[in-house]
Amino acid sequence: MVHKKTGALALVAALLISTSAFAQDKRVVTWNADYDPIPLAAAEAMIVDFEAANPEIDVVLTNFDHEGYKTSIRNFLTADAPDLANWYAANRMRPFVEAGLFADISDLWVSEGLTDSLASSVPSMTIDGKQWGIPYTYYQWGIYYNRDAYKAAGIEAPGAEGLTWDQFLANCATFKAAGIDCVTTGSSALWPVAGIFDYVSMRTNGYQFHSDLAAGKVSWTSPEARAVFAELGKLQPFITENHAAIDWQDAAAIFVQNKAANYVMGNFAVGVFKEGGMTNDNLGFMVFPEITAGVARAEEAPTDTIHLTSGAKNPDDARLFLAYMASADAQTKWNAAVGQLPTNKNSTVDAADPFLSAGFASLSSATGGIAQFWDRDAEAEYAKAGMEGFQRFLVQPEAIEEILAQLEATRLRIYPQ
Amino acid sequence: MAQASYVNVAAQVHRPKGRLNQRAIAPWLFLAPGLFMFAVYVLWPILQSITLSLYDWNGLYNQSGEFTGTFIGMGNYAELMTDPAFEVSLWNNFYWLALYLLALPIGLFIAIFLNQTVTGIRLYKSLFFFPFVISQVVVGLIFAWFYAPNFGLFYLLTEAITGKGTAVLADPDLVTFGIIAAGLWPQIAYVMILYLTGLNNVAADQIEAARLDGAKGWRMLWYVVLPQLRPATFIAVIVTVIGALRSFDLVSIMTNGGPFGSSRILSYYMYEKALSEYGFRMGYGAAIAVVLFAIMMVFISGFIWKMWRDERER
Repeated sequence: MVHKKTGALALVAALLISTSAFAQDKRVVTWNADYDPIPLAAAEAMIVDFEAANPEIDVVLTNFDHEGYKTSIRNFLTADAPDLANWYAANRMRPFVEAGLFADISDLWVSEGLTDSLASSVPSMTIDGKQWGIPYTYYQWGIYYNRDAYKAAGIEAPGAEGLTWDQFLANCATFKAAGIDCVTTGSSALWPVAGIFDYVSMRTNGYQFHSDLAAGKVSWTSPEARAVFAELGKLQPFITENHAAIDWQDAAAIFVQNKAANYVMGNFAVGVFKEGGMTNDNLGFMVFPEITAGVARAEEAPTDTIHLTSGAKNPDDARLFLAYMASADAQTKWNAAVGQLPTNKNSTVDAADPFLSAGFASLSSATGGIAQFWDRDAEAEYAKAGMEGFQRFLVQPEAIEEILAQLEATRLRIYPQ
Repeated sequence: MAQASYVNVAAQVHRPKGRLNQRAIAPWLFLAPGLFMFAVYVLWPILQSITLSLYDWNGLYNQSGEFTGTFIGMGNYAELMTDPAFEVSLWNNFYWLALYLLALPIGLFIAIFLNQTVTGIRLYKSLFFFPFVISQVVVGLIFAWFYAPNFGLFYLLTEAITGKGTAVLADPDLVTFGIIAAGLWPQIAYVMILYLTGLNNVAADQIEAARLDGAKGWRMLWYVVLPQLRPATFIAVIVTVIGALRSFDLVSIMTNGGPFGSSRILSYYMYEKALSEYGFRMGYGAAIAVVLFAIMMVFISGFIWKMWRDERER
């Protein structure tokens, strides 16, 4: 907000005059967001830049609590729609698109050349052949590893090219003998196990199969799906015991204390690892190992988006702001401040951050495709049923037949054939 | 009766009509605010939930504010019948109900134990009452740490005894019982306080008389003390049964219904389906709520019937 720039006194003055009078000569764009402190500061910096370039527009950001936003958005989109609203790509935005609450901005994608500069996000932003929002940031998933744990078990730490699946599993056996968890996770909130499953699935059968599986198009009892669980079963004995009772942060503690060697996670975890005392010297990143030879490498990179709402009162200026957030410069700046990756291919990332550079390299060379993460690719209810199945398999691998039968029953109910 | 005639005098000032009429109207006038609140905040939502349970709706209105759900009749209930997660929740609710009643004998035992005059007994009483004073959320957190793998006290204890730690909250077979144990802790304190106040009112002369007749120990408890504690027992059963059926916070804090849904109970499953991140099936959630309401109704009508009977006997 402009008020911010001129300081607290100006803000108080502005409030006294009343904001409406203050903004009378400016055209207001309202934006509802759900930022944590660091992204919020970055977003406010973006607004300052945008308003400097467009002095006749006043962008007013209303920030919500992250979890509360997921419920609030359902109310405010109907009751009192802002011009812009934050949300997520792929199936996560489908209910709002189908209820006609997000506006189609395909023309903006054409006029701004976004189909080219945001090429990697086109599939995840498209529903019914139209684009429904602007992606402005994503972050990579992969395997974060602890070099000290590798050293303690007497295993050479992986290089930049990563490992093969056989090597990885062989290492796991060595780690187990040394009393170190090969792979750690904390699945009490379910989603962390989806990361492991997604990768095993994409490495076993490739992106298309995985995408079809998330869309309910293929059977859980098909040989391909069974193959995924067979590979997951090889990893199962080496995953931290009792992961179902702990949070991902608890598992991060195990990882930081050198009691675990690898962690399949998103890049946001690096901050937690570093708070726990790890540095660029003992924390490493590698892409998930190849399982079926020749399958094009696909990666997970959940995308955050901004949408123009159908109830927008000032759609023209809101579009200007969306175009700005899609631009290479804006994305470079926002993502540098937050430590994530820009979706615009003409943006740059901080070369001094090894994890961002590695992530940027891994995503830009992922020829297989970019998945959004299980709970964004799959429809909400289906996603939950899936994640419970994955968690159960990692706790009771012997119940595989029952798990698959239950998942298949859920699939047939949600997607009647 | 004295009160009623006073009321009539007051009413007469405003509306000088027939006495009988006033007598008929006055109670309703005084009940009106309560009835209004009850209708708006209890009856109306119940009817709305029942209606909603006949729809398939994701909770969204479209841009022009129209309801986007579709009517599916008994579809949600038909789905409940074949839903394994619903079956698990129903069973868990049953365990909660059965095991929660343990709070009665344990609470009674502690109350009798504490019902003596020793120096500092007030302090001991308040210490026993303490778990009921702290929030359920805190109870849940304390027990979650107690059970926590690797560093929890319970985990370390089982590890020391059996050589292999038991992570209660990660074990699908134990998790519900682990949470019930956490819920019993404050519930026992609550029942204890109910019995302590009841014990204060036990007639000393009857005890004396029974003692002269040679009653002691169990027979004294069963034939002399317990009958006098009937009102306390009645209230304790009500709060315990309702507490067991509507328990939600502990499941939400300790496990989120996990691992893989093994610790779900109906109230939590309803929340999950209707309001959580992966839910927003309002109709299905409403159907679960209706089932839970029907189960509660069985108990509530029982209690109301008993109270009604007691009133009439007087």
